[in-house]
Amino acid sequence: MKMKKIFLFLLFYNLNISYVYSVTPDVFIQSTVNGASEILSKNISKEDKITQLKVIAKDTVDIKAVGYYSLGSIRKNLDNNQLIKYLNLFEEYFLKSFSSRLSEYTNPKIEVYGKKVLNENYTMVNSMLIATSDRPEVKIDWRVYTKNPNNPLIRDLIIEGLSLARTQKEEFASILNSNDNDINVLFKTLEKFSKN
Amino acid sequence: MFRKLVFILLSLIILSLNANAGSDGELVLKKNLNQKNVDKTKDCFEKINRATFAFNQGLDKAIIKPIAKGYRNLPDPIQKGTSNAVKNLTNLITIPNNILQGDIKLAFINTGRLVVNSTVGLLGTIDVANKMGFPKYEREDYGQTLGAWGFGPGCYIVLPVLGPSTIRDTAGSFANVLGGDPWYNASIHGNNQYLNESLFITSKALSGINFRSDNIESFDNLEKNSLDFYASVRSLYLQDRENKIKNNKRGNIDILYKDEQDWEEINN
Repeated sequence: MKMKKIFLFLLFYNLNISYVYSVTPDVFIQSTVNGASEILSKNISKEDKITQLKVIAKDTVDIKAVGYYSLGSIRKNLDNNQLIKYLNLFEEYFLKSFSSRLSEYTNPKIEVYGKKVLNENYTMVNSMLIATSDRPEVKIDWRVYTKNPNNPLIRDLIIEGLSLARTQKEEFASILNSNDNDINVLFKTLEKFSKN
Repeated sequence: MFRKLVFILLSLIILSLNANAGSDGELVLKKNLNQKNVDKTKDCFEKINRATFAFNQGLDKAIIKPIAKGYRNLPDPIQKGTSNAVKNLTNLITIPNNILQGDIKLAFINTGRLVVNSTVGLLGTIDVANKMGFPKYEREDYGQTLGAWGFGPGCYIVLPVLGPSTIRDTAGSFANVLGGDPWYNASIHGNNQYLNESLFITSKALSGINFRSDNIESFDNLEKNSLDFYASVRSLYLQDRENKIKNNKRGNIDILYKDEQDWEEINN
């Protein structure tokens, strides 16, 4: 009897968890930006803001996939150890770069107002950074990976039509092309960025 | 006359350079209806470009950025008025390009905008048309028109002082001084007492300072967070131009990613 109760409890608990976390991509983005806006509006130091933004980014961005995409087809030539090293370095670089970019904004208000399903894996969510007296409105689109609807993840940020992932990919390609596709040069560059 | 000749010669040199650079079959400045090819832009002169980029950065840090910062300290109405006035002048290039791209309706709208802002809007310093509910202004230039006609971008180039461009966009810019910009024609060759060369140069300089002033933080942020600032600027410039040529108000995934398959391969 007791086992049955425990089983039922676990079943309902899991169902409840699934229900709570099953969100549509637009709701997911709105809740993510609300969280980020809250941090940016706080009266805390820039460093503290960056630390808290990194937590949000870790939970909501598919950093591994963005890392693979940024690396391009050269990833297929790397061995396992190199890939692991790359992903670790990339995560550090990405979190620093991403949170540092965002931390420049104070009290941003972002409104999500639309979405377009690209296919079963991706949805593009449309939002707008509301204009203030200091800056005009800015269109921001979010490429959300929806393969697991219970755990949507951001894979790209498109600001006024400019893709952050593509820019990053072309930047990495430029570093590799200038150095005979030597992955160690990219490793060093990523390391240097994260340490500075 | 001599100046025109120099411009024509320069255009021809640039176009012929492009033909050579594109002789490997990837980047020919010719009518290219295959979008995949149009999207590929090669950095044929990367070493020279990087050197020019470094020169431009030095110039920016020493002169342009300090001026832009000073400009920001001017009273808001002066900044707004200047911004509106230089933007209003760009209508003179936008309108012929609207026509060349077959968008006659938009050409009429922009002509209306120009007339209203230049008269009621006190030489363009007040954007009356915007207040009257005219559609949002989208600037067009001859580089965009060439792109819309199907010409590929050719090689990426960095111009001294002027910054990022492509062979196609530079060729488009030459069209301005070869008769395509009525503001240039009137102020340089107008033979009147009100307009002259220095007024034209001042308007262009103000336009550049206004742009730089609007983007001080964005550029600083981009530079600070880039692994290779040169490559970031190149990527952003090319994405922006692709969007403008396609009149994409939001990112189109075909333009954004070139090959959507890159994303599809990455599954968790």
